This record gives sequence, structure tokens and C-alpha cells, in this order.
Amino acid sequence: MNELWNLYAAFFRIGILTFGGGLTMLPLLKYELVEKRHWVTEETLLDCYAIGQCTPGIIAVNTATFVGYKRKGIPGGIVATLGMASPSIVIITVVALFLQALIEYPAVQYALMGIRGGVCALMLNTVYTLGKKSLINPACVAICAAAFVLTFFTPVPTVLVIVCAAVAGVILDRVTGGADK
Amino acid sequence: MNQAFLLMFEFFKTGLFAIGGGPATIPFLMEMAERYPWFTMSELSDMIAISESTPGPIGINMATFAGFRTLGLAGGILATLALVFPSIVIIIIIAKFLEGFHENRTVQAVFRGIRPAVTGLIAAAVLSMIRVSLFVEENGKLRPQVKSLILCAVIFVLLQWKKTKKLHPAVWFLFAAAVGIVFQF
Repeated sequence: MNELWNLYAAFFRIGILTFGGGLTMLPLLKYELVEKRHWVTEETLLDCYAIGQCTPGIIAVNTATFVGYKRKGIPGGIVATLGMASPSIVIITVVALFLQALIEYPAVQYALMGIRGGVCALMLNTVYTLGKKSLINPACVAICAAAFVLTFFTPVPTVLVIVCAAVAGVILDRVTGGADK
Repeated sequence: MNQAFLLMFEFFKTGLFAIGGGPATIPFLMEMAERYPWFTMSELSDMIAISESTPGPIGINMATFAGFRTLGLAGGILATLALVFPSIVIIIIIAKFLEGFHENRTVQAVFRGIRPAVTGLIAAAVLSMIRVSLFVEENGKLRPQVKSLILCAVIFVLLQWKKTKKLHPAVWFLFAAAVGIVFQF
């Protein structure tokens, strides 16, 4: 019981100190889980990160579940994930309440219009960075283009695009014999 | 009640198919904005700004915010739990039974296919967001909002510049908010 509480507290702390999630939190996880608490080795953490990136879901949650499970089985996995999600629920609810109360003011609306322009810039940058990392050969470019055209111009559900891309990945692997690694 | 069930179903689906972390949830959220009256595209843009500027993983923040907008506090909690549920199940199965899962050839092939597709999905989502945020529709024609377009271009250029590209997203949103107020967007 005590151990479960420790897991919850540790991941609550990680959740509150994480900005952005995903890869940005690796140094923090390393400090909290490997150096400070010695719960996992660095290799296990990196392994679990690799698994987190090739499984569905939020990478932070996948990592929390994995480490929690390794410590205390299924309850550990659940408790660690809840710890990770708890700060978000509190903070975001408070922000949402404030926003609801402030949205009437013209200055807030001007600010939001500005922020929407900023979001477009940051999102464009995300696509640009992801593109540089993931479009490494013509087959990748073709899959990316197909996914883009299907979602932007047709009402094909996102889930279907993902499933087709997975099938395309396997077919490509079998055709090229895994040579395009 | 029905609404709560639908909300949970949609976030469960997102948790199951959003591969690649936080940004990969955006195409799914956009689908929700189009299909349900829960939040608009502009509100989704606000959600992204808030999720990136507050502590916590972006994907979780987005779920909590979207859930709260839809059904209040209970909605935020339900959406978040629905989002993480598939992860918990899948990761526990992998941790228990599948030693070397991520080194398996087929698994790697699947994700080599999915990764570029996710880039395409996010690109489509960003383009839809640009259409809503930087243009207004008048009589079926798109009219650019010049101030927003310039601001977006300036921030994008600064994001490529060595000295400013490591700045925290919240800094950019504060800057954009200040510009929006001063120039009355």
C-alpha cells in the first residue's frame, strides 16, 4: 500500500514538472526514476520509451504504466498512470473555469486571436520537424501524401488511415525484405 | 448520460489509435470538432495553446480540457480516463508477455508505415486549423486576416532561428497574446 502511494506521488510530481510531454520529459524521468529512486535502470527506461513510441496512446502514460507495472504489477501500472494524470485534471479544470469567466472581455478575445495565430506557427513547425524526421525515403513521402490527401479532401475516418498505413508498412517490409531500415 | 458515453467512446478511440504521443491526438480532436457540438475548431486552437503552456503531458491536458468543455468536471475526468485506458491495457500486456516487442520485425514495419502517415494527418489538421484561424469565410470565399497571417509567419521564422527556437511554447503564446491585444486583432 505504502509502495503504491510512493508510485502515485512520484508520478504526480513528474506530471506537474512535465511541460509538453513526450520526448521532452526523458531527462526528468531519468532523474526521478533512475538516479533518485533507483526504480529502474537506464536501459529499462530507454526500452520502455521505445515501446511507448511504438504503441498507441500518450507516450508519458505508456511510460508511467510500464514503470508502475514493473514495480507493483497491475495496480502499480494503474496508480502510476493516475498519478501522472492527476495534476493535469486539476490545473486544466482551473484554467478552463478562468477562461470561461474571462472570455467576455474584448482584450481577452484579442489575445486569443493573437494566440490562434501563434498556435498555427507552432503547429506548422511541428509538422516541419516531424516531416524531416519521418520522411526519409520515397515510400514514406508517398504514405504521408496519401494520408494528407485522404484526410484533407475526403471524409475518410482517421482510424482507417492509420490502419491502412500499418498495412502499407508491413507490405513494404515484405516487398523490400526489410532493406529500407 | 448518452453524451458521457459518446465522449468516453471518442477518447477511448483516440487513446487506441493516436500513435506518436500528444500531437497525434490532434487529428482525432479535429474530427470531434467537426462531428459533435462539443467544441469548435477555434476552441481547439485555444486548447492546444493552453495544453502546451501548462504542466502535464499535452495529450492528457487536451482530453481534460475537451472533456471539461463538453460535460464539466466529470467530463474532464471521464475523457482522461477513457484516453489512458487503452494504454494501460496494451502496455501491461506487452510488459507481461511480449519480451522484445519493439524489436519484432513486423511491429517495426507497422510503425514505419504509421509514422509518415501521422505526419500527413497532422499536416492536414494544421491546414484546417490555418483555414479557421488565419482566414474568414465570406460569401463562400476565404478572406485572409492579414494581422494574424503576419504574426504566424513571424513566429514561424523565429522558430527556425537558432537563438529563439528553444524558447518554451508558453513564451510564444504570451508574445502572440500581447501582439493581439496591442494591434486589436
